[in-house]
Amino acid sequence: MNSLLAVEIPYWGQSLLRVLGGIVAVLLPAGTIVYLFLFKMMSFMQSRLGPMEAGPFGSMQLFAEVGKWLQKEDIVPAEADARIYKLAPVIVLLSTFLLVVVVPFGPDAYFVDFSAGVFYALAIGSVSVIGILVAGWSSANKYSLLGGLRAAGQLIAYELPMVLAVVGVVIQAGSMNLQDIVVAQNSGSIFGWDGVGFPFVLTQFVGFLVFLIAVQAELTQVPFDMPIAESELVSGYMTEYSGFRFLIFFIGEFATAGVFAFIASVLFLGGWGVPFSWFGWEGLDDVDNWMNIGGPVIMLTKMLVLTGIIMWVRFSYPRFREDQLQRFAWKVLIPISLANIALTAIVKVAV
Amino acid sequence: MPKIPGLIKGLGVTMGTLGRTVRDGADTVQYPHAKEAPPVRARGVIALREDNCTACMLCARSCPDWCIYIEGHKQLAPPRRAGGKPRQVNHLDRFDIDYALCMYCGICVEVCPFDALFWSPEYEYSEPRIADLLHDKSKLGEWMETVPEAPELDAGAEKKK
Repeated sequence: MNSLLAVEIPYWGQSLLRVLGGIVAVLLPAGTIVYLFLFKMMSFMQSRLGPMEAGPFGSMQLFAEVGKWLQKEDIVPAEADARIYKLAPVIVLLSTFLLVVVVPFGPDAYFVDFSAGVFYALAIGSVSVIGILVAGWSSANKYSLLGGLRAAGQLIAYELPMVLAVVGVVIQAGSMNLQDIVVAQNSGSIFGWDGVGFPFVLTQFVGFLVFLIAVQAELTQVPFDMPIAESELVSGYMTEYSGFRFLIFFIGEFATAGVFAFIASVLFLGGWGVPFSWFGWEGLDDVDNWMNIGGPVIMLTKMLVLTGIIMWVRFSYPRFREDQLQRFAWKVLIPISLANIALTAIVKVAV
Repeated sequence: MPKIPGLIKGLGVTMGTLGRTVRDGADTVQYPHAKEAPPVRARGVIALREDNCTACMLCARSCPDWCIYIEGHKQLAPPRRAGGKPRQVNHLDRFDIDYALCMYCGICVEVCPFDALFWSPEYEYSEPRIADLLHDKSKLGEWMETVPEAPELDAGAEKKK
């Protein structure tokens, strides 16, 4: 960030910038996804227009919704474990904020440069399970409990294919650092042709598909929405929540969708980078400073494409049954991703 | 594996609908700005032709949830022919329907022997307060204007005298 502004910023200033950046990086994708996909794309796919009254084409609807939720009473059931019940949505949103920390948005525009960023991201990504399980348990409601348990079972089942799908990328890039993975993709070449760099989606397409499916399940989006199943569990672990705590769950759901899409675009689609050969850059140190502005824009575009696919699938398919859902994870996705790892390793060693 | 063509087709259906909505507009209308005309004989609201009502109470008694309130009194009307006796008629003082209770079964319309109650397709009479849904006979009379013409009788049907 220092080189971006070309002035020395004191530590407190850097911290402030990081906090602001984190809030923007979490809330901007969430708001964009909700308006663009949840309000508009879903409506259009059902041959209706969606919200049209608040602002031009309903673009201010989000603020109206937030205002509505903030007005509502924050109800805590009498039997609930009040302290934990109140804490649960915060845990869920916190895991999103912790997750966005590793995502690199430009050569210098990152929050923290972990050398094992992939490992950290996958570890923190599963913290939200605790929040959901705690929410389901502390609500003192049988629907919430069932939803929470289903969520725990599902998220643990789909955590595995997600991790295994990423291993292929890590093997190919030879690094667990997300910045290194971006550089490896953009400075690479396909049989000597470096016109588009070498995005890993070309060789890791199976891993990419498995990762997207696992993300869909992690976010409990529709084909995998057994834990929230609004028509039978009345929104599962969220049943008892109202007011701003429900809002936090809601933001957490879509912010996590955005952050997982960020991570998927870093791992498979070349992240913030443009192919380095376009501008004659050799490595990370040669990248021009304007990429610190251009990088986030590129990331946002890729994020929108990926969440667009996630939401498209969400609006198209009916729900999996619980046993189908578990069978799909353990009997299809995990073997496929294991085979993908084996194949990647063999090719990596052979070439 | 064999399910994949169907899955892709499903994605195509939603994306196709999206494209059609963008191109030709939605199937829905933006309600307060644009309205769809209900079918002519839609059961929107029950209208009252006050002149025909004799306060016979048949509708109030047949109403399953007792949402019709009728009050009337007997009074003398001038004789039909010169030199006759004054007639005794029922005068309608109050005819209220509580639309918070009404379940739109239409039994009152069926049972009315004097053609005083009619179905109207009017539907925009919601109120912020539930008590305001109790509509009196002047309001019910206004809705008579929206009542459609009675359909033509079938060929060979017996004409009413």
